[in-house]
Amino acid sequence: MVHQYRNNGYNIVLDVNSGAVHVVDDVAYEVIALYQEHTREEIQKLLSHKFDAAEIAETYEEIKSLKNEHSLFTEDAYENYIMDFAKRPTVVKALCLHIAHDCNLSCRYCFAKEGEYQGHRAMMSFEVGKKALDFLIANSGARRNLEVDFFGGEPLMNWHTVKKLVEYGRSQEERYQKKFRFTLTTNGVLLDDEVAEFCNREMSNVVLSIDGRKEVHDRMRPFKKGRGSYDLIVPKFLEFAKSRGQQKYYVRGTYTHENLDFSEDVLHLADLGFQQISVEPVVAGPKEPYAIGKEDLPKLFSEYDRLAAEMIRRHKDGKGFQFFHFMIDLEGGPCVAKRLSGCGSGTEYLAVTPWGDFYPCHQFVGNEKFLLGNVEKGIVNTELCNQFKSCNVYAKEKCRTCFARFYCSGGCAANAYNFTEDICGVYEIGCELQKKRVECAIMLKAAMQQV
Amino acid sequence: MKHVKTLNTVKLQNTIKKGGCGECQTSCQSACKTSCTVGNQSCENK
Repeated sequence: MVHQYRNNGYNIVLDVNSGAVHVVDDVAYEVIALYQEHTREEIQKLLSHKFDAAEIAETYEEIKSLKNEHSLFTEDAYENYIMDFAKRPTVVKALCLHIAHDCNLSCRYCFAKEGEYQGHRAMMSFEVGKKALDFLIANSGARRNLEVDFFGGEPLMNWHTVKKLVEYGRSQEERYQKKFRFTLTTNGVLLDDEVAEFCNREMSNVVLSIDGRKEVHDRMRPFKKGRGSYDLIVPKFLEFAKSRGQQKYYVRGTYTHENLDFSEDVLHLADLGFQQISVEPVVAGPKEPYAIGKEDLPKLFSEYDRLAAEMIRRHKDGKGFQFFHFMIDLEGGPCVAKRLSGCGSGTEYLAVTPWGDFYPCHQFVGNEKFLLGNVEKGIVNTELCNQFKSCNVYAKEKCRTCFARFYCSGGCAANAYNFTEDICGVYEIGCELQKKRVECAIMLKAAMQQV
Repeated sequence: MKHVKTLNTVKLQNTIKKGGCGECQTSCQSACKTSCTVGNQSCENK
């Protein structure tokens, strides 16, 4: 399968199954489009009004050589491999600890419903967290790197427990030959020097929630009485990013139907001085006024194009920054098994509630149908785990023919469930945005190689 | 080549041989908590 597109003046050809990316001239772009369905003579004839015959012949030979090298028109030979891979015994390697089901902000779009996840306010105790870490160690097999994300609600509302759990995790590393990678997601309200110092020592990544421009951020992320949180958090986040050497953090925002011109928010964050930026589409039911609809897609596509072009310009001027959804690793990226077997929710990755229940991921917390077990008994609902295990790109008809399947791994099971009531369903708006981002990301690679 | 410039040398099909060790980062533990993105992650088994 080959995906061809034009973006920002580049003719790009992605050989989907090998991952090879080719930047081609106009004649090669057209020859490639005809190559599989036409003979050499037919292609000569079809393109004779546009290009010189010798040039077409020369291009044809180059295409033929790429095909012979398995860099073009490569077959998809992965289905049986992935199906066998899915049958292997899995281990748990990552936990999302819901350290606090409470929040000091009242964000309108919060899927955690102001931190409570359709339940009641609660804080995770050290004892529950310790059992979760013990479960992770005991169920991680030979995996060395274990990931633990402190999530909420707002995890800094239970900061004392976060610190104790980090200390406990570190104390177990040598004994069990494991390495914990702790991460934290925070709204910044309680971020202070002590938190920053601890995070800089212990957290391999910190996600700082901010949506962009002040009016956009404050509209969506107010305190409970309505006052915006932008003015309080921006100076703290700037100082924190600086203290981490502008690395191993993301300022992370959500864009909605109410700020479709979200490239302005990304650029605002860059203008403030942040260098690691992620701004992502809201996931919301169609009845919400801020939900993204299909009619918003053309505008959003143009915003991604605009952002990509501006990033190239800034990179040339020495003012470059990273945009998470445009980051793509063409040389050292993940293996095929990782790319095609799904995100790991419900198998390698579990969310843990403050009282110790396991769910397939943070987005399923609160939906009792997805309760998997708990820190006392371990995984009880193995049938549900098996459903998640078998949910890969080959289980989804639309993914089979999609060029982006090697970059999104079949998409988010929670989004699929929320829109189709099937974890193996397809959230189409999310897919369209993902495809656009992959196209822009590859174009950026082509452009940066010329800088 | 005159008409084609290839940006990368690594072929996905070659990762079958020693892939699948699972040491790499879980996608939702990075920045996103609402979408699935694996293409930007790095292999830890190079």
